[in-house]
Amino acid sequence: MITYEAVTKVFGEGPDAVIAIDRVSFTIARGQVVIFLGPSGCGKTTLLRLTNRLDSLSRGNIYINSQNIRDLNPVKLRQSIGYVIQEVGLFPNKTIFDNIAVVPKLLGWNKEKIRKRVDELMHLTRLEPDLYRRRYPAELSGGQQQRVGVARALAADPEILLMDEPFGAIDPINREQIQNEFLNLQAKMKKTIAFVSHDIHEALKMGDKIALFNQGRLIQYDTPEVILTRPKNKFVANFVGADRALKVLGLLHVRDIMNCSPSNIVDAAQTAPEVLKMLEQKNLRYAIVLAQGKPVGYVTSQDLKYEQGLCQEVARPYPLCLEQGTSVHEALSHMLMHDLTTFCVINDQGDLVGTVTYKSIQKSLQDFFADDAEAQ
Amino acid sequence: MSTFDFIINNYRQVIYLIGEHVWIVSLALALATLIGVPLGMVITRHKALAARVINAANILMTIPSIALFGLMLPVLSLVGHGLGKVPAVTALVLYSQLPIIRNTYTAIQNVPPAVVDAGKGMGMSRWELLREVQIPISIPVILAGLRTAAVMSIGIAAIAAYIGAGGLGVLIQQGIDRVHQEMILSGALLVSVLALVVDGGMALIERLVTPRGIKIQQPRPK
Amino acid sequence: MIRILFKVNRFFLIMVIFGAGVAAQRTGLIDYFFDPFEYPIFIKLLGQHLYLVGCSMAIATVTGLSVGILLTRPRFKRYAGVGMYIVSLGQTVPSLAVIALAMSFLGIGARSAILALSLYSILPIARNTLAGIVAVPPALIDAARGMGMPPGRLLLEVELPNAMKVIITGFRVALIINIGTAALAFLIGAGGLGDLIFSGISLMQTDKLLAGAIPVTLMALIGDFLCELLGLWLIPQGLRLEKQ
Repeated sequence: MITYEAVTKVFGEGPDAVIAIDRVSFTIARGQVVIFLGPSGCGKTTLLRLTNRLDSLSRGNIYINSQNIRDLNPVKLRQSIGYVIQEVGLFPNKTIFDNIAVVPKLLGWNKEKIRKRVDELMHLTRLEPDLYRRRYPAELSGGQQQRVGVARALAADPEILLMDEPFGAIDPINREQIQNEFLNLQAKMKKTIAFVSHDIHEALKMGDKIALFNQGRLIQYDTPEVILTRPKNKFVANFVGADRALKVLGLLHVRDIMNCSPSNIVDAAQTAPEVLKMLEQKNLRYAIVLAQGKPVGYVTSQDLKYEQGLCQEVARPYPLCLEQGTSVHEALSHMLMHDLTTFCVINDQGDLVGTVTYKSIQKSLQDFFADDAEAQ
Repeated sequence: MSTFDFIINNYRQVIYLIGEHVWIVSLALALATLIGVPLGMVITRHKALAARVINAANILMTIPSIALFGLMLPVLSLVGHGLGKVPAVTALVLYSQLPIIRNTYTAIQNVPPAVVDAGKGMGMSRWELLREVQIPISIPVILAGLRTAAVMSIGIAAIAAYIGAGGLGVLIQQGIDRVHQEMILSGALLVSVLALVVDGGMALIERLVTPRGIKIQQPRPK
Repeated sequence: MIRILFKVNRFFLIMVIFGAGVAAQRTGLIDYFFDPFEYPIFIKLLGQHLYLVGCSMAIATVTGLSVGILLTRPRFKRYAGVGMYIVSLGQTVPSLAVIALAMSFLGIGARSAILALSLYSILPIARNTLAGIVAVPPALIDAARGMGMPPGRLLLEVELPNAMKVIITGFRVALIINIGTAALAFLIGAGGLGDLIFSGISLMQTDKLLAGAIPVTLMALIGDFLCELLGLWLIPQGLRLEKQ
């Protein structure tokens, strides 16, 4: 969808010339979120701005939908691409409604269409239209302003979005929330997005693919998994961080690695001696106790030894159960916190759907890095 | 040029008039500074008062200069100084208040709060803060205010010739009266040059007096 | 201590107004205004004054805005510094000199006066227009361009509205100076309320003097007030708000 072909950008002339971008070539496929990642000054923002011709190429070509952008009218091009910057740049002299409506107005949409679209976008970005339509940017918080910025970029329903550290100026708590909201949005909209960031965590979270730059050169362009498990060189390895194994865990969800049919389940109504016998027979060290399909706790042989009543009575409760979407990273954190090697995974109704163990986490990581070893 | 000839031929009178002009303006500026700068400093402590004082000075400056002269005439006549240098200097002092007070106030307000905080934290008293930190940092802006006042005063002092204050405006006044082209041009030229020279000179002083550390900080537009 | 200053303020004001009223009566100002002879002359002079101010401000505003905007356009940006310097020089020249020079080169009459007034009023408007537009946060310009706003719309919908407060301040300064300088236009035969003021001074007729000085002052004050209203009208609401 967006193809960069030997793109080069030089600022200045002669001995003082700065090569901001050096023969960068790669392609962003339709519907993908690609993170332009790298340290300050690596050229990621410049590359973004070349894409909508806010800056001009020195050499090379950029194609959007197989059209060379040099052949397109720059103003029209930009009207067909959504653009979000870190400072947001909301026009303080316009209401929220007018801000969002800028590009549709430029494109000549009729009033009714614009009104509907603005309301739709405000709902999508969780800004109550009746409340905020007439307000001015100065009356909104930073997070709200950023949401308006995103809505404004989406107003004309462009296929492509260019985003330059859009969530950088927001405090970490709100940033996580707005990132999640954006991911939800993208799941629905499937836009083609180039997203500049300097934060590896944001890149891993938001990107379908990561383009890592350094000093104007494209160093590696791969999915987050590959970048973490197969960094091309020392720079990449250092940039992603020495804890990259743990970061890989952040990419996995418990539903990906859980055991869906664990064999060590007992019902709360069973008696202690029954369960004890089962444990000995199956050579298990503990069993998970379920009541109506919902976990209530676990029992070990030790707990059951001299008991006669229902196993439920001696069951040790789980401090918590994990939802299916929980990252494995978080699951591991809980295991360490509560000194438990097994956790139950439940669905929305609270029924057990699987278990995660420390061993299963270890195994999945091994698989990752083993794939990697095999591939090499 | 015949204007030049005129000036040279009458150099004694010209020099005298320049002297008169400079005297009026300098006196007024000195008085205005003595009143305005301390006042500007004082109102940084009392915000409510600040708004009123600056407002009052603003209103003063809104009054057209010739009208102010006219308004003062009957009032000052009561003490026998309706005409001449006294009303001229008085009007100039009043006019200069706004740029001086406002610049002093703004300058001190704009000293970064972090700097003031650090000073307080180190145990500086209010006066020490003022003397060691706030005033040195504010000087460039205060001087800019003085410069505005000076240039303005030179222009208004020219008009003061019409209420008998003397100065270079006399050349223009008499020139118009007698329909003497060279006289008018000399007056206009001389007073313009004086204004430009003073403006440039004070700009230079501003630059010299600005502490080096502040100069480096001046933001350069991208 | 400060409280005393406050009280003095109010007291002083009352005294001044009272004194002014007494003076007015004593100098026969009130009688002057009711004199059937003088009244029509006064109206004529007032009209002349307004005419001078109106014409010159119109010219100055159009020219000043254009110059200011022009110097912020990419093609001419490099001349901005030089341009502003030249215009500043113009402002440093005293108003009386400008009027006198206009007469020397263009003769007496309203035409020269209007030219002089226009030239003199251009600077504050041009300078503030330039400064105002330059002060618009670059992020706004970047966002607008990035969205595909054509330069014309950018100027009208983003740059000017955000610079409006500064521009109106420039206009206000120009207007006040203009009204005051127009009083000098009398000296070169252009009429206006300066007639009353200068005649009053030379003839030592206080009533005539005040009949000129007070209306001019009032005109300036009203002009200032009207500029505030202008601001309320032209400055977008969004720029007047405090963050909640």
